[in-house]
Amino acid sequence: MSDHDKIYSTKLQDKIERNTLLMFVLTAIAVAVGGIVEIVPLFYLPNTGMASADGTYNNTSHKDLQGNPIPMDKIIWNPATSQHKTLDEWQPGDGVRPYKPLELAGRTVYIREGCFLCHSQMIRPFRDEKDRYGHYSIAEESMYDHTYQWGSKRTGPDIARVGGKYSDEWHRKHLKYPRDVVPESVMPNFFFLENNPVDVVKLTKTMEVMTQMPFNPVPKSIYTDAVIAGAKGEVAGKTEMDAVIAFLQSLGNHVKFEEGVNYRD
Amino acid sequence: MEATQATPVKYDMDVVRWFTIMSCVYAVVGTLIGVYVASELAWPFLNFDIPEITFGRLRPLHTNAVIFAFGGCVLMGTGYYIVQRTGATKLWSNGLAWFTFWGWNLIIVMAVITLPLGMSSGKEYAELPWWVDIMIAVVWVAFGLNHIMTTAIRKTSHIYVSNWFTMGMIVMITYLHVVNSMAIPVDMATAFSIYSGVQDAMIQWWWGHNAVGFYLTGGFLGIMYYFIPKQAGRPVFSYRLSVLHFWTLTFGYVWLGAHHLQYTALPDWTGSLGAAISLAMIIPSWGGAMNGMMTLSGAWDKLRTDYIMRFLVTAMAFYAMSTFDGPVMAIKTVNALSHYTDWTVGHVHAGALGWMSMISFGAIYHMVKKLWNTEMYSEKLVNVHFWVALIGATTYVVAMWVSGIMQGLMWRDYDEFGTLTYTFVESVSAMHPYYVMRAVGGAIFNLGTWIMLYNVVMTVRQANAARGVNAVPAKA
Repeated sequence: MSDHDKIYSTKLQDKIERNTLLMFVLTAIAVAVGGIVEIVPLFYLPNTGMASADGTYNNTSHKDLQGNPIPMDKIIWNPATSQHKTLDEWQPGDGVRPYKPLELAGRTVYIREGCFLCHSQMIRPFRDEKDRYGHYSIAEESMYDHTYQWGSKRTGPDIARVGGKYSDEWHRKHLKYPRDVVPESVMPNFFFLENNPVDVVKLTKTMEVMTQMPFNPVPKSIYTDAVIAGAKGEVAGKTEMDAVIAFLQSLGNHVKFEEGVNYRD
Repeated sequence: MEATQATPVKYDMDVVRWFTIMSCVYAVVGTLIGVYVASELAWPFLNFDIPEITFGRLRPLHTNAVIFAFGGCVLMGTGYYIVQRTGATKLWSNGLAWFTFWGWNLIIVMAVITLPLGMSSGKEYAELPWWVDIMIAVVWVAFGLNHIMTTAIRKTSHIYVSNWFTMGMIVMITYLHVVNSMAIPVDMATAFSIYSGVQDAMIQWWWGHNAVGFYLTGGFLGIMYYFIPKQAGRPVFSYRLSVLHFWTLTFGYVWLGAHHLQYTALPDWTGSLGAAISLAMIIPSWGGAMNGMMTLSGAWDKLRTDYIMRFLVTAMAFYAMSTFDGPVMAIKTVNALSHYTDWTVGHVHAGALGWMSMISFGAIYHMVKKLWNTEMYSEKLVNVHFWVALIGATTYVVAMWVSGIMQGLMWRDYDEFGTLTYTFVESVSAMHPYYVMRAVGGAIFNLGTWIMLYNVVMTVRQANAARGVNAVPAKA
């Protein structure tokens, strides 16, 4: 009897080790479990910023101080129930909205330049982060962020609520030559953004793509054909610099957070 | 481990030779770009106002070059080498192996072109544009098919442990890459993920951490389980431990991604689950590390004379250290401090420089000797490389640990009036000395890769001259 017939572990393990197909199948199952358990529930549990299949958002269970559910349209802007019906009419505090055309163009530039490698967009529920950046981020705030940009590193500060904190002029100076404004900064100079006009074809296509997403698409009631067609006029003569500034100014003021309400339940 | 056979098998080793050479080249290139981006953070003028080399565009090229160019060539080269020798068989398809070689290198060329142009998909460690993602899927599946089919046609009774780990890597990376790369393209440069916010974040870190777990760990454990016993001339310390190591890691590692998202907008259970399993992973990880180290028991004297062994054993020490560092960082209270800081960067590089690179260097030197049937051009230079790599890696990691913990403490510090002590930019300027130290450590490590490239090229030339061939091996 050869050594090869001797079993050194268990019968099952020995069988697996002799059979490529069996090992392949068992491995394929073993590596699938953890991902399924952690990922799939995030598509249906409440408070994960997921719109339901019919496009209406019905997936929040935030409660106010009296324990009553906070209506979803307090968190997510809904043109049907809001007094502000269009993207242009929308006011801070009306709830989470998709990006306006110029902001969306800016966001595309933000991704292109790899800004997320140094700037996070996710404030954690700690005292120091509240003092430094503002209210902690909630899931709904990034529900329209296809290719999320939370980041994993703060070589620079978090920008989740940077909107409105600085003037457009400050941003322009800072983006062009950061060390002119903040001498200790290590950020690259992005002066070249002022030389590039916004790519209108790309922007229009991007808006269309956002309405076609299988998960959390921008509702056609917001990105209407008219809005998409109007994007061209809206960004005419604008540079990538203008677009990035518009994007930064749009961040963080969508939801009106009530003092004392726990939005993490 | 290798079956004793009456007639020696003629293996398909030309493709392995080329993967080995390219590994040495990409080790130089990948770490060189790393040194440059590290220097940009220390001295921002190095961005030179050239969009293509700004930090945001070059940093993905660094990560892709070291992970996919260097790591990929090492994994495919050693994968083909091990699967043939442990199965006593030629490759299932030599032609398909050459397809993976040229395909993978074409992908790397595409990365060098697209990433500086800003064609980023905006997902960390998966920045390559959508059409390159498709190329990766095709080449990766071709590699997987070839490797698994070669396992299937082996002449030996059992599948060797290295090939289990490689199989796990092949399956998991296919899952991860396909699911995480799902996007709708706008044009050649840009595509947007079909997921958003919370779901995209979870899928991204399921990818991100398991690229570490199955590619940078599992794949390289396959290397460990073959080359340490071969170099030591002794069997693996414990076969049963390797069985435990494989199945617990394969099942458990998948859960860890969520620990990157603690205290974010994800439901709390996800991060906590990730943290709990992360802690549990110390057991298989340390079991595996011990298994590698103890393989040397009774032969520790080899460390005095065998420089390749030094690389392999040091790699196991770094593996053990990183797999302790990681679970500690996954504990929620520690993560509250360490997340968003350079501590993460230090942790990654303890793994990348100390574990993954060291085990690769050891394997490369071992393979070069066997593949060209020769001694190294200079054993002394192997030793020099070892010390240079160790000093470089340690300098880097220590700099990042210190700066990371310092950042975390500065950000959360309050003065006696109850206001934040430091502005953000004060933490930035406090990092400067550590960013310089990190760049220096990286440069030292990079110097080592040049030494390896030189030594390997000279070895190959010497071997070919001895055989009367005057070029590196041509495609057969």
